[in-house]
Order: sequence, then C-alpha cells, then structure tokens
Amino acid sequence: MISPFRMMAVLRKELLQLKRDRMTFGMIVMIPIIQLLLFGYAIETNLRHIPAALVDQAQSGLSRALVQMVEATQIVDFTERHMTAEAAERAIRAGHVRAAFVIPEDLAGRLVRSPAVGMDPPPATDAQVSRPVAQWIVDGSDTTIGAALKSLRNMPLTELFRRPQNMSVPTFEVALFYNPEQRTEVNIVPGLVGIILTMTMVLFTSAAIVRESEHGNMEMLINTPVRPVELMLGKIVPFLGIGLIQACLILGLGRAIFGVAIVGSLWLLLWGGLLFIAASLSLGLVISTIAKTQLQAMQMTFFIVLPSILLSGFMFPYEGMPVPAQWLANALPVTHFLRLIRGVVLRDAGLAEIGPQMLWLACFAAIGLGIASLRFRKRLD
Amino acid sequence: MEARGLTRRFGPKTAVDGLDLEIEPGVIYGFLGPNGCGKTTAMRMLTGLLTPSEGSARVLGVELPGRAEPLKRKIGYMTQSFSHYRDLTVAENMGFTASVYGLRGRKARARIGELTEEYDLAGLAAQMAGSLSGGQKQRLALALAVMHRPRLLFLDEPTSAVDPESRRGFWEKLFDLVAEGASIVVSTHFMDEAERCHRLAILDRGRKRADGTPQELMDALGVTVLEVEGTDLRAARRRLDGAAGILSAAQIGARLRVLVEGDVPEPEARLREAAGLGDGAAIARTRPNLEDVFVSATREQAA
Repeated sequence: MISPFRMMAVLRKELLQLKRDRMTFGMIVMIPIIQLLLFGYAIETNLRHIPAALVDQAQSGLSRALVQMVEATQIVDFTERHMTAEAAERAIRAGHVRAAFVIPEDLAGRLVRSPAVGMDPPPATDAQVSRPVAQWIVDGSDTTIGAALKSLRNMPLTELFRRPQNMSVPTFEVALFYNPEQRTEVNIVPGLVGIILTMTMVLFTSAAIVRESEHGNMEMLINTPVRPVELMLGKIVPFLGIGLIQACLILGLGRAIFGVAIVGSLWLLLWGGLLFIAASLSLGLVISTIAKTQLQAMQMTFFIVLPSILLSGFMFPYEGMPVPAQWLANALPVTHFLRLIRGVVLRDAGLAEIGPQMLWLACFAAIGLGIASLRFRKRLD
Repeated sequence: MEARGLTRRFGPKTAVDGLDLEIEPGVIYGFLGPNGCGKTTAMRMLTGLLTPSEGSARVLGVELPGRAEPLKRKIGYMTQSFSHYRDLTVAENMGFTASVYGLRGRKARARIGELTEEYDLAGLAAQMAGSLSGGQKQRLALALAVMHRPRLLFLDEPTSAVDPESRRGFWEKLFDLVAEGASIVVSTHFMDEAERCHRLAILDRGRKRADGTPQELMDALGVTVLEVEGTDLRAARRRLDGAAGILSAAQIGARLRVLVEGDVPEPEARLREAAGLGDGAAIARTRPNLEDVFVSATREQAA
C-alpha cells in the first residue's frame, strides 16, 4: 500500500532541507530573473548595425549619397574605410567587419544603365550592358547575417535622383497576426518559461536521489518502510510549487518589462505548466537513479538541456528541422510545452487546440515517475 | 534468526564465505573481527539490503533472499557512519523517522518525548544533527533506530567514534533494550565490547572461526597462555616469530604474552628454548582472555 502519510514525511523533510540550502533557494528566484533579462534583451533575430567596411572607389557625390542611403537602412554601420577590395577582405578575415561594400569607379555609368533606377529611355536593357551598381562582399558563414545583407540586394535607388519611387504593387498581402510589430521578445518570453523550467527542474531533481547516497543517508532510508514511489513523489512535489513560482516570475516580468501580455486562459496555463513541471521533474528523477555522483547527474542534465534549447523550437523554428531531428525534439517534454505556452499566451488557444500537448506531458510525467520508481531498488547490490 | 551457508561475492572477492549462524531471541550477539572481515556485509545480507550470492537466512520468520519489505518494520539498523540528516535538527530527524515508520499525531509525540528523555537529547532538540559530537550522534542514531520498537536491532560498529564513558552508557542502553525483549546483533573490533555480548562469532576473512559465549570460547581455547617477565623482550619477541609450536607473541607493557599450541607437552621449556631466554626470565601461566581466543582462532585457520 502506498501511504500518503509517508510521502508527506519525505515532502516535509525535503522542504526543511531546501529551506536550509540558501544557495538553491537563491537560484530558484535568481535564475529566472537573470536569464529573462539576459535573453529578453540580448536575443534579437532582426539584425541591425552589422559592422561593415566601405571601399569607395568612385569618391563622388553620388557615391556618398548612395552610402548614406545604405546607412539609413540601419542594417549596416560602416566602421572602416579601405582603398581596395583586398584590404576590405582582410578586414573580414580578421573579423572586425562582417561585410564590405565596394563601390566601383564607374558608379555613375552603371547607375545610368541600371534598370533599378528606371531612367527614361533605358540606354540599354541588355543584361550584359546593365550591371549591378556596386558589390557587397559578405562573411556568409553566419546565415542570419547573410540573409540580412541579401535583403539589401533590391534596395530602391530612385531616391538618388530625387525622383519619386516606383510604386511597387505587392503580389501578396501579409497580415501578421499575434505579433504585428515583429518583436522578438514576444516569442522569446514564453519560450524562456519552458527553457528555464527545464534547466532548473531537471537540475534540482537529478541530484535528489544521488544526494541521499552521497551524504550517506541512503543506507538508513532503504532500511525504513518507505516505498520508492513515496520517496519519488515526496521529492518532486515541493518543486511543483517552485516551478510555478518561477513560471509566474518569468511571465510577470515579461509582462512588466517586455510588454508580453497573456491573451489566453490562466487556468489552462496553470494546468499545462504543472504537467510540464511534473514531466521535467520525473525526467530529473530518472537521471538521478542512473547517476552515481552529483557530478554525473549534472553532466547528464546538460545533455538534456542543450537539445532542449536548440531543438525545441525555442531558438529555431521546429518546422525547419529535418524529420529525424523533429522526432528527437518530440522526445523532449519542452517541445510540447513550447507549443502549449505559445499557443495560450500568444494565440489564446483553448483546451481543444492544446489538448494533445497536455496529454503528451502527462504521459512523460507518468512514464518518468514509473521508470524512476522501478529503477530505484531498496538494495545496495 | 538463522543463516545457512550465507555467501556474498563482489567480483572475484568473497566478502562473506559460507556463514552459518543461529541467534536466539533476547540476546546480544556479537560479530568480532578485524576491518574488512565481512561483518558489515553479513549484516547487510541479514537485513535484506544485499542479496546473498549463495545460501539463505530466516530472520524473524522472513525468508531471505526474498521480499525483505515486511522485515523493515520489525528491525532497526544503525549504520557504521552517521546516516541521518546532518542538515536537519535533532527534533526534525526524530519527526521524520517517526513519520516514515507510520507513527503519527499523539503517538508520535509521546514516543519522541520518551526517547528524548531516555537518550538524554532534550537539550539538543534544536541543534543540527551534523554539529553533534560523536557520542551525541551515536545516542541520536540509536534513539532513531529503536523509534518503532524493533524486535531485532542491528548495530554496525556503533562505538567506533565514541569515548569510553559514552561507550559504557551506550552498552547500558543496549542491556535495557534486551530487558524490554529486543534482540541485538552488534559488530565490533573491540575486545572489551565483545566480552559484554551474550554470544559471539569470531569472523575473519569472511569465515566464521569460532562461536559461543565469551566464557565458553575462553574455556575451550586449545592453547596455553604464558607471560614472560624479563629483560630484552624485543629480541625474544623477534626470535619467536615463526617458531614451531608458538602461535603468537605480543608485548604488553613489561611482559611478553605468548600463545603456545595446546599439544606442545612442555610449553614453558619450548618457549624458553625458542625465545632464547636466560634463567633470569620468569615464565608464568595465565588465564586466557578474549584477545587470545581471537588471535588463536584467526591464526590457526590461516596456517
């Protein structure tokens, strides 16, 4: 028979120990705050102010006007000036700049022939005669930077001649729901709830069982009538509350500092959050029954945390990953939680929409707890 | 409690080898042996913590190997090193142990109050268990081990980190417990402690070398114990090493204590000859003590 009374005994003991452990107590509050501020401000997928070198071989009023137009986009800042393209390439290799803008001597001639300018009548429409007016040399190793500079490729040039811009008619209308201003924080803040909870919850519980052995308490504990399931539950229940506090901290600060409002149901969020916390905790417990020392538990935790950050859809869209990677991602509780929390916080998704995710998380929690309880033997051999 | 051919191997090493035991209720039964002789392993098998590689045991009606869970409620186990929570206070540790054994409410408070008084822990209730002295820790550990009034108590080297005064008090408590109807299995490497046990088993390298009451063991000792008084005992002691018929020689203060094999007809003459003693040395027979029993039991088997 499983005794709720014995479980409560373990739970009370865990709370007492937690209360004494100032460091862990501080981490519970400080990790979410620091990480939120750090990531909330730091992660920006709309790239701006990329340092670039300028090689202006034309040295004319026209070239200066062109440079001003490029700088006005704010995508690049010209931090260096060089006389030759070779010098600019060296600067890229050295890493001072990520791109170089090379304006050729015959800028004026190219401009006149360029169809982008749209002068009447076109002196030539032949592709061989009309050539791009200038060149970007880009450090393409970082694809995000590459993409940002590629967006400059079709920059309108008519302004150079103080002529009204060609009215380009969009082929499609794009309506951006849920984040019309395209602020990165809107996606990052709910995602951070998942990442920080994975980190802290797995970390705290992965040490839970190992600590008992390392401090020499295990031999006493397994001589008592306490059952594995009671021990496991008693160890994870205090952290359910702690996880909720962390989630509230992140979402509350996200609202106050980054203006990310929760549009969906708080109740759904609470239940979804609890399920996810339980899933992460039981994952930590499984690690704890495998690891022999707290150090090993820590290493295994990072083995879980890194894919959780990279594959879950927190940093990169899930849809863009190859299928095997998606399978892997689905094996991580945080992937399902990110869908859930972004759904509720940003899109007001209801139970019908996020039901499958809740089911996934519940399964993770139950299976994890089962495995941990089965793996934990009240024996020394 | 009885055990038949209990054996435990760790890899190529045999920690306990074919241990047969019979322990009657209401006694203090001692395991006497040096470190690494298998005392702890034997205890862990008898409490169900380790599965025997071979052999079986029946402890309080529970068959081992088998489901050891029902046994946990009936036995108490005090581990060799302090295994309660150092970051909880004495009172919190008692509360936890009481709850884990299913004592609750008024019953738990009454039992904790009883133990606090009996084991002299009242002034320490709010102190962290980790900050207690060796003797205090040991009193707390014993109080916690008997929280649920176990019928059988296992104590693994309970007094190795305790001063003689506390050790005396501790043994008084053990006899109180036996008087209340408990049985106790205690392991030790102290002769004076072993002498207090009702019955003893001498363990060496995983095997039982002898068992019985301390008195029986001393009476049945098949050796002659001689004490030599004289000069230059160190040299005599060296000459006795490996001499035929001489089991052991050890200096005790100004005397040399020598065990001579029982089948040697004239032990005094043999000793005088083997040690090269002059006429000035006085040799006297003396009563064997438990250490002699221990030495002869472990030497005989090794030879």
